[in-house]
Amino acid sequence: MGFGRTSMKALFNPQQPAAFAFTKENLAKAEAVIKKYPEGFQQSAVMPLLHLAQQQNDNWLPRAAMDYVAEMLGMARVRVYEVATFYTMYNLAPVGTYHVQVCTTTPCWLRGSDKIVEACEDHLGVKLGETTADGKFTLCEVECLGACVNAPMMQVDTKSSSTYYEDLTPENTKKILTDLAVGKEVKAGPQSGRHTSEPAAPVKAANDG
Amino acid sequence: MLKDSDRIFTNLYGFQDWGLAGAKARGDWAGTKDLLAKGRDAIIEEVKASGLRGRGGAGFSTGMKWSFMPKDSGKPHYLVVNADEGEPGTCKDRDILRHDPHKLIEGCLIACYAIGANACYIYVRGEFAGECSNLQRAIDEAYAAGLIGKNACGSGFDCDVYLHRGMGAYICGEETALIESLEGKKGQPRNKPPFPAGSGLYSCPTTVNNVESIAVVPTILRRGPAWFAGLGREKNTGTKIFCISGHVNKPCNVEEEMGIPLRDLIEKHAGGVRGGWDNILAVIPGGSSTPMIPKEICDTVLMDFDSLRAVQSGLGTAGVIVMDKSTDLIKAIARLAKFYMHESCGQCTPCREGTGWLWRVMERFVTGNAESKDIDNLLDVTKEIEGHTICALGDAAAWPIQGLIRHFRPEIEKRLRGRVTVAA
Repeated sequence: MGFGRTSMKALFNPQQPAAFAFTKENLAKAEAVIKKYPEGFQQSAVMPLLHLAQQQNDNWLPRAAMDYVAEMLGMARVRVYEVATFYTMYNLAPVGTYHVQVCTTTPCWLRGSDKIVEACEDHLGVKLGETTADGKFTLCEVECLGACVNAPMMQVDTKSSSTYYEDLTPENTKKILTDLAVGKEVKAGPQSGRHTSEPAAPVKAANDG
Repeated sequence: MLKDSDRIFTNLYGFQDWGLAGAKARGDWAGTKDLLAKGRDAIIEEVKASGLRGRGGAGFSTGMKWSFMPKDSGKPHYLVVNADEGEPGTCKDRDILRHDPHKLIEGCLIACYAIGANACYIYVRGEFAGECSNLQRAIDEAYAAGLIGKNACGSGFDCDVYLHRGMGAYICGEETALIESLEGKKGQPRNKPPFPAGSGLYSCPTTVNNVESIAVVPTILRRGPAWFAGLGREKNTGTKIFCISGHVNKPCNVEEEMGIPLRDLIEKHAGGVRGGWDNILAVIPGGSSTPMIPKEICDTVLMDFDSLRAVQSGLGTAGVIVMDKSTDLIKAIARLAKFYMHESCGQCTPCREGTGWLWRVMERFVTGNAESKDIDNLLDVTKEIEGHTICALGDAAAWPIQGLIRHFRPEIEKRLRGRVTVAA
């Protein structure tokens, strides 16, 4: 995102693959994305294309992929670098198989996000911003993810998925991390027994129809 | 309390099928062709008459905004739906996107027709992966059923609806930053004028509306503007989705009537304040950008645009953040200051430099490492940022701190007094 973070984030990771190209399948996806925008405005596709490239490259975005997307859309490379560094969801360096992002903004903080961060650090043996030695988990702190009535919460990304885990406690957070580590399926959403954003049972407001 | 029969979002929690069949069973897409047949001007007039004010925070009349679109510009027109929900305390659009996407898509069709647009882009924050997936599936269903696309609903009107996924930037919730981002650039706000209605996406006339504003339109047209205008109070009409987070027993989203007393909202829907009503310290009533209000105001204030403005706060996005007496308010606001620092796009000096400064000073207040006169300095700097930037992020960073000082200055002073100042 903005200034505060990108100013501290290196544009290019020291280790870079020499080349990048979309797979046949992703090339077809990219072409479909480009068609969403009017003739002459293909640049609009830069964000979805960079995201696709990131997914193809183990959830991080190398320079070769940025250059490849620039070429594909007829953009100056620097315009693509600007986009890649501005938005927080682009990872400019390798991340663990599971990218654990704990929200610590005020609504989550009020409900104990400090304890969730602590539980993650404890369990994984790393600090915020670090990756476990086995390369399985990268832990970081993020700003409001828009699930405030299910606070505290975290988002876990892999190269092919992105999942919210909500209504966290230190205990269920550790359980989620334990299960993910062994490839066990974990229920997405609230861990409290709630369905989604309704008040905890019994539901009184009749928004449930 | 809002009657069930007056609810617009009848699948807010997703207990039912969010797909087309479920949506139709709840009354969506019923007679949409007839709604369009009312004509462009009549639709705008009805939306104006309903009193609907934008649900994204600013509270500007939706019908009025539509009426600013030119009639014969000779250029394509665009509808852009702002689903870049990221205001701390706010998670209402998320429920519409994942549980009632067809209300939004039907609203897009009607709004496009009213503003003369044949294309609509829904810009959803990138972190909402599941929500994007549901919305895309709903768009595909609507195309397959002939509800959107060529000759939408058999109306003779063509309307394409596209999902565009953001990639993590709060600033893109600002309408011109969102347009920049949609054009494939950094999300840095544009100077206004020109306003988007004159020159927006691809330099064409564009209307940007919040998800909730668009999603309520089909129901307003079906039930009539008088029904919507009959809910709430004058100039603050209709229903609203409230998000109640923080120190309540049962945090939740709920659709309620505009103007519901804050106390009723919290006690009837969110299980009350942790430890009882008297344990309340302060509430941020409309998402992180709105100044907090202390208990004595919470006791009586009504939840609508004008009531909250009258107490120097705002309804904003209706993200109600409740803080009980155990809360370190200085730390709570310091954390928001950090948020705004992180989210500043870096374009305007007062915001880029100021948000970082505000955060650093707030952190000193947290530990008491400051002097009493620093409170005035801090307040002064917030006034220097406010109103001196291209977009409202500077204001949004200033207001929470101003609210804290306005109502809790003695608390800050008490903490600073606990420190001994060491001479250099």
